[in-house]
Amino acid sequence: MTTVTQRPPATEPEPARPAPRKSTLRGQENRAGLVLVSPTLVIVLVVVVLPILWTIVLAFQNVRLVDIQSQGLFGNWTLDNLERVFSSPGFWSSLWTTVVYTIGSTLGSILVGLVAALALRKPFPGRFLVRGAMLLPYVAPVVAVAFVWQVLLSPDLGVVNHWGMNVFGWDRPIAFLTQRSYDVWGVPVPMALFTVIVFETWRYFPFAFLFLLARMQAVPAVLEEAAVVDGTTPWQRFRFILMPQLLPVIALLSVLRFIMTFNKFDDVYLLTGGGAGTDVVAVRVYRFLTARFDVGLASAQAVVLAVVLIVLLGLYFKFFGRRVQEEQS
Amino acid sequence: MSRDAFQIRFFGIMRWVVIAALVVATLFPFYYMVLLSVKPIDNLLLDPGRIWVSASEFTVNSYRSVLTSVEDGGQGFVLMLRNSALVSIGAVLLTLLVAIPGAYAVSRLRFTGQRKVSALFLGVYLFPATLLAVPLFVMFAKAGLQGSLIGLVIVYIAQTVPVAIYMLRSYFTTVPVSVEEAAALDGLSRLQIVRRIVLPLAAPSVMATGLYVFMIAWNEFLFALLFLAAEPSHWTVSLGLQQLANGVEVPKTVLMAGSVVLTLPVVLMFYAAERMLTEGLTSGADKG
Repeated sequence: MTTVTQRPPATEPEPARPAPRKSTLRGQENRAGLVLVSPTLVIVLVVVVLPILWTIVLAFQNVRLVDIQSQGLFGNWTLDNLERVFSSPGFWSSLWTTVVYTIGSTLGSILVGLVAALALRKPFPGRFLVRGAMLLPYVAPVVAVAFVWQVLLSPDLGVVNHWGMNVFGWDRPIAFLTQRSYDVWGVPVPMALFTVIVFETWRYFPFAFLFLLARMQAVPAVLEEAAVVDGTTPWQRFRFILMPQLLPVIALLSVLRFIMTFNKFDDVYLLTGGGAGTDVVAVRVYRFLTARFDVGLASAQAVVLAVVLIVLLGLYFKFFGRRVQEEQS
Repeated sequence: MSRDAFQIRFFGIMRWVVIAALVVATLFPFYYMVLLSVKPIDNLLLDPGRIWVSASEFTVNSYRSVLTSVEDGGQGFVLMLRNSALVSIGAVLLTLLVAIPGAYAVSRLRFTGQRKVSALFLGVYLFPATLLAVPLFVMFAKAGLQGSLIGLVIVYIAQTVPVAIYMLRSYFTTVPVSVEEAAALDGLSRLQIVRRIVLPLAAPSVMATGLYVFMIAWNEFLFALLFLAAEPSHWTVSLGLQQLANGVEVPKTVLMAGSVVLTLPVVLMFYAAERMLTEGLTSGADKG
């Protein structure tokens, strides 16, 4: 890390100075550092670390929301919750849905982000405005954009279905968000899940776009100019010169987007409420918590989700770890 | 045509196709949102395919209905705007108050466990909100913070402080150490150095970080839903809009007017400082 080397030399102990004085200076710096960082530390410990630990405890207890006031923090141990998580109907399909949703959205947003960054790489009149427009889906509140999509795709008053039937000749409206499966030329497509993935791609491609564009602009122009002289085609320059430079950023983006989408609750909950084959695990946790006030089951489900994520990340780093580390160093 | 010439022509055309498609895809939903919000619901039902509004049908009734207070038969979004503003501005100020010293310490001072702290802050960011939801729900119920805006602010600080520190840190390290040394020689204490030297120099990044926090807090939905759902007078705009959509027979035009009311403040604020925010967000990305 760069932080260690860049601390002010002013605090470096001078050789002539006697030993006790030196330790005081270092001690001062140490204390100042701890004092300055402690508010953050306290908040993070109380509002993040402590709740995480407590979730793990709750997952192994037999509790409902009403019991928590009366019973102690520990005790009432049980493995029931985990057992019920694994045996509950729809658990495995929900996990599978989460994985498909996450991979689809991650790939989608990075791919569209990459295409967008390539298209906006070279200056053109109005580029600044186009770039601004492209950040809109990412900046706008999820509740608002989810409802706009709902209306846009609505079978009775949505403009998409209206045009689909009048311009493209669909014989009946498509219920994008409430239809589990749809036959497209005889192939069943998981319609609602697909729509949710498209939404997620739309909402998060600006994130990938920003990072990739920043990285592209840092690639020295000389590299590509030299390649032009060597008689390469545009595709070759992208494939062999630009792409290797972008790969570390893409690897990092994949991890970030994967983690965030895997735990995502708002988008699916607002669009479909978890119905029609979009029952991702995060929405299940919410349902266990609020519909049944079953704290133990909700915690166990959340812990299982976190463990699956850690395992998947572990696999990812095992295969691609070097690349991500390169980017972070 | 040689392969090179073909590709230059092909990608040259594709570039404009892509730009046009992206502009339509990103802007159209927002255009549609505004369009529906100024249209009478009957005209929408009559002809859903018409994507413009004529002068004669233009109406602000949807906005009137959304913004009128609940006592007067409206949806009371003015109160919710106030709640959202309180929560978001509170989260920005407190997060900066906590994150600036933290970021300074992490970037400049050598202290016990420094590396562990940096790792912890980044690690925290990767934990799922759903994992926190259950115990926070219970903790806040116990502490009597359930249904209060203060509880929500505390959660937002915890959610944003790691990224805030990360964003500020990368900027603090670019402030030359020699400037600080000179100030120290002039007799300034550590806190004075941070306040009078480092902060003014890092002002753009502080602004960008504040904007990021504002955006997260204003747009947040899950924790607002968990903590405030039972307390309508404390609803934020995001939560209010979702509850409105759940209600009986609310016309889509009113829903869209609510969406515009929710979207406009954060979008305006973002574009007012767009340059700063994007530079702050990606300042770490072009080092690799």
